[in-house]
Amino acid sequence: MEKLLMKGNEALAEAAIRAGCQCFFGYPITPQSELPAYLAREMPKRGRVFLQAESEIAAINMVYGAAGAGARVMTSSSGPGISLKQEGISYLCGAELPCLIVNIVRGGPGLGDIQPAQSDYFQATRGGGHGDYRTIVFAPSSVQELVDLVYDAFDLADIYRNPVMILGDGILGQMMEPVVFREKPRRQLPPKTWATTGKKGRGQNIITSLYLDPVKLEQHNWKLDKKYREIMARECRWEVINGDDAEYFVVAYGICARIAFSAIEMARSAGVKAGLIRPVTLWPYPQKAFDDVMNRAKAFLTVELSLGQMIDDVKLSVNGRAPVYFYGRPGGMVPTAEDIFNEILKMKGASV
Amino acid sequence: MKVVFERPRSLQLTRTHYCPGCGHGIVHRLVAEIIDEFNIQEKTIGIAPVGCSVLAYNYFDIDMQQAAHGRAPAVATGIKRVLPDRVVFAYQGDGDLASIGTAEIIHAAGRSENITVIFINNAIYGMTGGQMAPTTLVGQKTETTPYGRDPKMAGYPIKICEILSVMDGPAFIARVAISDVKNILKAKSMIKKAFQMQIENRGFSLVEILSPCPTNWGMTPGDAMRWINDEMTKVFPPGIYKESWEVLA
Amino acid sequence: MKLETIMAGFGGQGIMLMGEILAHSAMMENKEVSWIPSYGPEMRGGTANCMVVISDRRIASPIISHPDVLVAMNKPSMEKFSPLVKPGGLIILNISMIDDRPARGDVDILEVDAGKIADALGNSKVANMVVLGALVGKTGIVDKKTVLNSIDCFLPSHRKSMYEINEKAFIKGLELMAGVTLKGVG
Repeated sequence: MEKLLMKGNEALAEAAIRAGCQCFFGYPITPQSELPAYLAREMPKRGRVFLQAESEIAAINMVYGAAGAGARVMTSSSGPGISLKQEGISYLCGAELPCLIVNIVRGGPGLGDIQPAQSDYFQATRGGGHGDYRTIVFAPSSVQELVDLVYDAFDLADIYRNPVMILGDGILGQMMEPVVFREKPRRQLPPKTWATTGKKGRGQNIITSLYLDPVKLEQHNWKLDKKYREIMARECRWEVINGDDAEYFVVAYGICARIAFSAIEMARSAGVKAGLIRPVTLWPYPQKAFDDVMNRAKAFLTVELSLGQMIDDVKLSVNGRAPVYFYGRPGGMVPTAEDIFNEILKMKGASV
Repeated sequence: MKVVFERPRSLQLTRTHYCPGCGHGIVHRLVAEIIDEFNIQEKTIGIAPVGCSVLAYNYFDIDMQQAAHGRAPAVATGIKRVLPDRVVFAYQGDGDLASIGTAEIIHAAGRSENITVIFINNAIYGMTGGQMAPTTLVGQKTETTPYGRDPKMAGYPIKICEILSVMDGPAFIARVAISDVKNILKAKSMIKKAFQMQIENRGFSLVEILSPCPTNWGMTPGDAMRWINDEMTKVFPPGIYKESWEVLA
Repeated sequence: MKLETIMAGFGGQGIMLMGEILAHSAMMENKEVSWIPSYGPEMRGGTANCMVVISDRRIASPIISHPDVLVAMNKPSMEKFSPLVKPGGLIILNISMIDDRPARGDVDILEVDAGKIADALGNSKVANMVVLGALVGKTGIVDKKTVLNSIDCFLPSHRKSMYEINEKAFIKGLELMAGVTLKGVG
């Protein structure tokens, strides 16, 4: 199969087209600009819809309309734009509509900067908008993984009738790596019998998140809960590197996991039995990854491009069974492998 | 015996939650009659707003989506772009369309999105209990303008038809009142023309309907109808504001 | 095998493209590669840089703290990045733009008058290909033919006429390797 050298943002766009994305609605924001630019060029050529909306709010509601009409649809943005989309994401979750939302995260809060960050973890994994809901969140750490996860994101969205988010960052979006577009065997997807396409030959279909009767709304919430539990049981993904004999674990995702991987190699050269747990799904969070190594883990070090957000999930997963340390660089700054290596040594020193 | 009056097929056999004298029932019926007359019940998709008509999907017997507050034109855009051969209409009130959703309506019109918008202007927020609307008249008393709308404090009514009619995008912009039988028949012909514009692929169409809200106006249904004719039409003159029969490229 | 290269210079010197061609060539030889453009505060001030990692194993961090090779196309780039080069590493200097020399006695320094050579070929813009030729000639990280193929790949169809001068520039850089002055540990 042909290997291409592609930027993360463009590879993601191409993967979306190949995964059958019928329409894109978005509003410009850095650092995800190559993605809509690619789609603006390619979608019309392949008979698909590209529309630059008047705002992120309009874009996510166009996604709502198109998803409700049964189309495979996506939007993309970065932190500030994702904040604007939250109302729509809540509606999508309430009405159980499938779609892909890409967040190429930048430094915050507020307007912040356009450098890589992981400070939207809470927003992505805790819902972000109003009401009890969850979105499946993928955190790729290479361009190839980004591509592979796009196919899965669309499929899982359809299977669970739920938005799926891909959380990237400026480096991943700008980075070029070799990519192979694997023609994966398509999953058996449920027919969209619920879509509003005109009631020809059937009864009326309604897309709504409104349940004025609290008894019915509670039932609806329990139904969502059941779905979320099913996703938690089935869809957790993670990678463990050098885990077989490791005693000291770094936990990191996305681009940060790549830097941590270098730090692990440095630690190994220095005789420290270090390993890496790299969550690929941030929600559902892969707690089992921690259970699997708990018999030999002496301590965990969470490394993030934030003030510490995923560390909450690490602590919940470790559940007091080992000490959990944190090292982070917020605001768009990126740690070096040496920085993380030093933190690994500190963790070892503190845990002996 | 000959049937001279019956329920449109595109309306469900149900009782609505609308107050006595409310205009929504009349407009629902007009829209449903037009859907029947064009024989498009099976290919029409409606969008319900946030506001009194949020439950419109319980009254129309067609596929419908419920949209976030003000976003119905964006939702309609999403549907129409995916299903261009269907008939898509957004049903919105004045708070939904002319306040929180101004960006969405102006840009849908600007793109000449081939959809139809039914805009109910009753100069007040109904569902939340009678607060000032963007279309509340100067001097009109509401829950949040208890001394009457003072332009120094709360600005002036927003005139959507006038605003949209200067844009290049829209194909059809009209304002009607449903204050008496003659006007209701006129309203029907305008709404029908708006749907026809869409069916013939001529682009964005919107009909603003001056509609009574006796409950929140504190009037009898009869007085409410008279208030539309006597007061509302002075600020919001009925008429066709734009009509372009060019077909979209 | 792992080679970490930082390429840096002014915007407009073809820094990004030089890195992309190197990464693409290595990919075509079935190596693992990553390429990232300037990020962070480095983007400011009109300088551009990219980082290319080439390895026969899975690449951990694409961000390079200490490069094996630095290609400095202008003076600010040399000043900024030369202290970071690994001991025993290589610094390639475009001396057409740099009158100074890095204070490093523990690395190889390769002086290439790339701007002048490019001018002599008739297009100052191909100085990047001269330097790329020198890099490939010195490190042998990829085959000459692979690079030429990659250069061809990166030229858009309406600019294929530019191939010849790019090829010439690259070959000139390769050939330079015979007569260059090596300062340092060599």
